Amino acid sequence: MRVRLPLLPLVSLLLLLTSCATLGEGGASRLDLIKRRAELRCGVSGKIPGFSFLRRDGSFSGLDVDICRAFAAAITGSPDQVQYRPLTAPERFTALRTGEIDLLSRNTTFNLSRDAAGGNGVSFAPVVFHDGQGLLVKRDSGFTNLKSLEGKTICVGSGTTTEQNLNDAFQAKGIDYKPIKYQDLNQVIAGYLQGRCSAMTSDLSQLAAARSGFNDPDQHVILSEVLSKEPLAPLAAGGDQRLTDAMRWVIYALIAAEELGISKENINDKLEEAKNRPELTQLRRFLGLEGDLGEKLGLNNDFVVKIIQATGNYGEIYNRHLGPDSAVPIPRGLNNLYSKGGVLTSPPFQ
Amino acid sequence: MKISKRWWLQVIISLGLLTVIGILINNLAVNLIRTGLGLSFDWLWRPAGFALSEHPLPYHPSDSTAWALLMGWLNSLRVIASSIVLATILGVASGAARRSLNPLLRQLAALYVGLVRQIPLLLQLSFWYFVAFLGLPSEPLAPLGAIILLSDHGISLLGISLSVEFAAVLLGLSVFTGASIAEVVRGGLDSVPQGQWEAFRSLGMNEGLGMRRIVLPQALPAILPALSSQYLNLAKNSTLAIAVGYADLYAVSDTTITQTGRAIEGFLLLVISFLLLNLLINGGMQLLNRAVLNR
Repeated sequence: MRVRLPLLPLVSLLLLLTSCATLGEGGASRLDLIKRRAELRCGVSGKIPGFSFLRRDGSFSGLDVDICRAFAAAITGSPDQVQYRPLTAPERFTALRTGEIDLLSRNTTFNLSRDAAGGNGVSFAPVVFHDGQGLLVKRDSGFTNLKSLEGKTICVGSGTTTEQNLNDAFQAKGIDYKPIKYQDLNQVIAGYLQGRCSAMTSDLSQLAAARSGFNDPDQHVILSEVLSKEPLAPLAAGGDQRLTDAMRWVIYALIAAEELGISKENINDKLEEAKNRPELTQLRRFLGLEGDLGEKLGLNNDFVVKIIQATGNYGEIYNRHLGPDSAVPIPRGLNNLYSKGGVLTSPPFQ
Repeated sequence: MKISKRWWLQVIISLGLLTVIGILINNLAVNLIRTGLGLSFDWLWRPAGFALSEHPLPYHPSDSTAWALLMGWLNSLRVIASSIVLATILGVASGAARRSLNPLLRQLAALYVGLVRQIPLLLQLSFWYFVAFLGLPSEPLAPLGAIILLSDHGISLLGISLSVEFAAVLLGLSVFTGASIAEVVRGGLDSVPQGQWEAFRSLGMNEGLGMRRIVLPQALPAILPALSSQYLNLAKNSTLAIAVGYADLYAVSDTTITQTGRAIEGFLLLVISFLLLNLLINGGMQLLNRAVLNR
């Protein structure tokens, strides 16, 4: 008897390990898993005002967070069925790949290496924020452009495309520089404010957010030179078409709603109007009163209604977190509808 | 009967262990195939595409990733080797001070060990870097003439210039590990019978000479094994350097992993490199140990 005792924990351990392995190999879509658990696990940053930020009451808020909410509303019917996982930049892809999270909505730049199966092997949704990398300098420092930063030290964060962009931009101009690399943005800010670097670099959105927290925001300027384009998009693990399709059309629904003038306020009126007027086929299809667009995606037909009721359209989300009256105002620029001078447009819901 | 029972137990446990390891490796292989990623190290020979703030050998962003990683490894080696020297000096001095006849020295050493051992290393590193070094003025201070120049961009010691990042990691690691070494040394000294101390004092030897010639040689066999694990800890703790912007091996790997998406290969290389570093330290300490024991 005494000999068998250590076998028990050993056998249970083995069982645990093998069960993990079989669960991981299942071919089913993660969409079904999210529905079954009635909860979306969404990876966010949690540290970037305007995008995802932990509020005083312990809830998350921001543009990235509203994307999670829209997605949860589309799949589970409720925008509050979300479990947020704050992740650092280096952690995020591993969290996605291991299945720790369903969806990553965390200021992530959409590029080829990340999308391709031979790179990070993830699948991106449409871009939700067109950003670009910039440089923040002190107003009285006399630095006005890249050239003036020749041979200077520049504070940069780790685990992002930022380092590579910085290098490409300086190398293209044949200028030398010295990067001081920290692990996260707060250390970059501390290094910059303490005077270790002549400039700090990050995405414009993050620079604007960081500057809003300084004691003297007016004493710092963002250089007009932009080092890169940084289209930020949500993403899911690769090789799951149903999940990726659902994710893609949730984002398009937000944009299409703005194009059609459907907002959180008038969604119920629009729904009523569509019910009463069978000739409005386009609107009826969009709102799920006609056809089976939602079902084709593996969602309910009224998924667009649920999304708009939860978060409003793209323009409403933007204005809530980054609009002129928000804490982190960023001009809409490229992030406006195509018809208003931006680049946002949605393919038809047909 | 007794022997056969033990024999079975050993076989079962070893088989169990092997199975667990086998399953883990199998899991990794299955998952790699599932995600369409085989192990590949081609990326090592592609251009790194990022600059490094300091590099002991010539380096340019167009050099290979492997070369960038080597620079990181050398940076780690550099800061670890110098921290080991400084930590040993600090540790031996304060460990000996705790058994000194001078009460002020004893109290100071106790205060140092007590304070430093209670505070997490990451916090200490941040303190040295963000408060102590970056708090320096940008015009160099020269408290001892031209011997040492201090500024918030770098430190110049006898003409050798060090970055503030290097200096912060060096001081942080040395002060932190020095406190643990002090305890190791004190423990070693306590293992020498009280009679030995009384004997050298009664012969009229002074404290320093007695410590060097009588006590330390007898304490060393007790000190060395614990000392080498302190050194190994120091080497592993050096990865916290990324928090203060020092381009060590971990920081460089971190960049290459996110740029290439090769996390598993990157971590494998990291593990092997640290194994190499620690085997170096371990080997050195074993040689020293053997020399001391065979004397």
